[in-house]
Amino acid sequence: MTVALTTPAAELRGVHFAYQRAHREPLPVLRSVDLQLRPGELVALLGANGSGKTTLLRLLSGALRPGSGVAAVLGRTVRDWPRMALARRVAVLPQHMELPEGFRVAELVEMGRAPHARRWFGSTAEDEQAVARALRDADAESLADRYPQELSGGERQRVLVAMALAQEPSLLLLDEPTLHLDLAHQVSLLHRLRRLNLQRGITVLAVLHDLNLAAAFAPRVIVLDAGRVAADGAPDEVLTTDLVSRVFGVRMEPVISSSGRRNLALEV
Amino acid sequence: MRTALATGEAARPIRIGLSLTRALVVLGGGGLLLMAVVVVAVGIGSTPVSIGDTAAILGHRLLGLPIAQTWPASAETIILDIRLPRVLTAMLVGGGLAMAGTVFQALLRNPLADPYVIGTAAGASFGAALGIAAPLAVPSLAIGAGSSLLGLGVVQLLAFAGGLGTVLLVYAVARSAGRVQVVTLLLTGYAVSSVLAAMVALLMFLSGRALGAIFSWLMGSLANASWPALTFAAPLLLASFVLLLARWRRINLLLLGDAQAGSLGVDVEREKLVLTLLATLATSAAVAVSGTIGFVGLVVPHLLRLVIGPDHRLLLPASMLGGAILLVVADLGARVVPGGGIPVGVVTALIGAPFFLWLLRRSRLSRIELDR
Repeated sequence: MTVALTTPAAELRGVHFAYQRAHREPLPVLRSVDLQLRPGELVALLGANGSGKTTLLRLLSGALRPGSGVAAVLGRTVRDWPRMALARRVAVLPQHMELPEGFRVAELVEMGRAPHARRWFGSTAEDEQAVARALRDADAESLADRYPQELSGGERQRVLVAMALAQEPSLLLLDEPTLHLDLAHQVSLLHRLRRLNLQRGITVLAVLHDLNLAAAFAPRVIVLDAGRVAADGAPDEVLTTDLVSRVFGVRMEPVISSSGRRNLALEV
Repeated sequence: MRTALATGEAARPIRIGLSLTRALVVLGGGGLLLMAVVVVAVGIGSTPVSIGDTAAILGHRLLGLPIAQTWPASAETIILDIRLPRVLTAMLVGGGLAMAGTVFQALLRNPLADPYVIGTAAGASFGAALGIAAPLAVPSLAIGAGSSLLGLGVVQLLAFAGGLGTVLLVYAVARSAGRVQVVTLLLTGYAVSSVLAAMVALLMFLSGRALGAIFSWLMGSLANASWPALTFAAPLLLASFVLLLARWRRINLLLLGDAQAGSLGVDVEREKLVLTLLATLATSAAVAVSGTIGFVGLVVPHLLRLVIGPDHRLLLPASMLGGAILLVVADLGARVVPGGGIPVGVVTALIGAPFFLWLLRRSRLSRIELDR
């Protein structure tokens, strides 16, 4: 049983991945990626556009298979997980997602229960509790009876988070969860994710673009650069002026705020 | 919400799942209405039989109720041998087309999809046209033309095989690297349909004597309904009803998009194939016995989605009932038109097209509202 305690929540070992293209060379995206997420970690995945962040998430969710190397979740190769069993453990908040019209938010969140469905036709008391809890945890309770077209960008994002939480995952993969959100909503979403991570022990891997937000909320950041892991560690140690200029092509200087926090200020 | 709890206000319970009352009202009401229109449709015709006698004959002969026979034997023959198979065929064909339309609209995430959209109609038409024209053109083929298999004539069998085969072909062509993309499927269906439609047109142009027969088949008609044909189509239609209904949850999940359905545990590519096959099986069976009846499969799911919402748990059975009711009524209309009746496809198009226009207007209006 001690094995279970040390089993990584997610793991990539020597992963290469290239998108196959018709009549052209495959497009390489990930090269020799190694990483391990321990259970209960909150990790920010950083990197320029096209560095392979989304692909990495898709390998862990089972949407893609590595060209070579191993992608594993909870100690088992992703390919070997039965689809439903994997969906009960891994939830994805994608960058883009259609919310079909005509379903109330509560019904959409209930769709997150699908991998747990035990009744052919209806839902169980357990499903109801999980939906209620997911809505509460995502701060979307007041939206339960709304329809998708009645949601603002921030509300929509909260609903997507609730759908993912209804899956009761042990690993939550978030692809730019702060996309389209204003600063206050970005901060409150990340607070919420941090709280879920601490209270429920959910392992979180989130693609973020704002280096300061990532540093403020994630105890660990992984930086991808052209498909390789360029850095992996505590944000204050990893996000050096040097690395930022190499990976993102911009100059950022560390500034210590009045509360003693190290922030990166953009030099333009 | 936190403040609400703090002030002791009771949290509103979160409603999920299907309301039982709603399901009972929609399906119970629909079921009763369907039974009523079936009895009325069986009673009305060139030889009128009273509603009471009709109900009594149906109750006596179908349900085995102990009712004393007070009706003429001729009424029983008309009801049981002529009108009942036709009305039941209308019911099953209408239900099947509406259900297949519901599935294709969800699968293709396109509200304008109908059961014929990826080639069923064109394939079935080509099969039927071939079956009608070939024996006339090549006399040696005519020997086999009168034979039947499973209660179906050659034309019906070719229509069934043509519909099913075309969709299989379209699916295989649209598939690339183990995946089928919705847009590719639609475009492939369109292209293959165009080729087949051209071949049907060519057959009609060359067919001479068979022109009228091909044309009336294309319009869709229930005039050739019979017990043997119904015995062939009913099991196929009923089996696809049950198997499609059993997949309601996966159909709902597909509305979230392929990627998200996949991360919720759906084997998306397999599901698309299974749904396409089941819906096509129902459509081909329907088309084989009735020709290509339009608009039922487009309009019914659309209308019902507006009224009862997009949850396929209720939408699928409701579409079945709605399509059945619509086609029974439309066929009644087609039969009682003075002068010996018109093809039911004409009636559904006459009801369907104006409705379609209204729908387009409405969706344009709602889009404007969203842009506000």
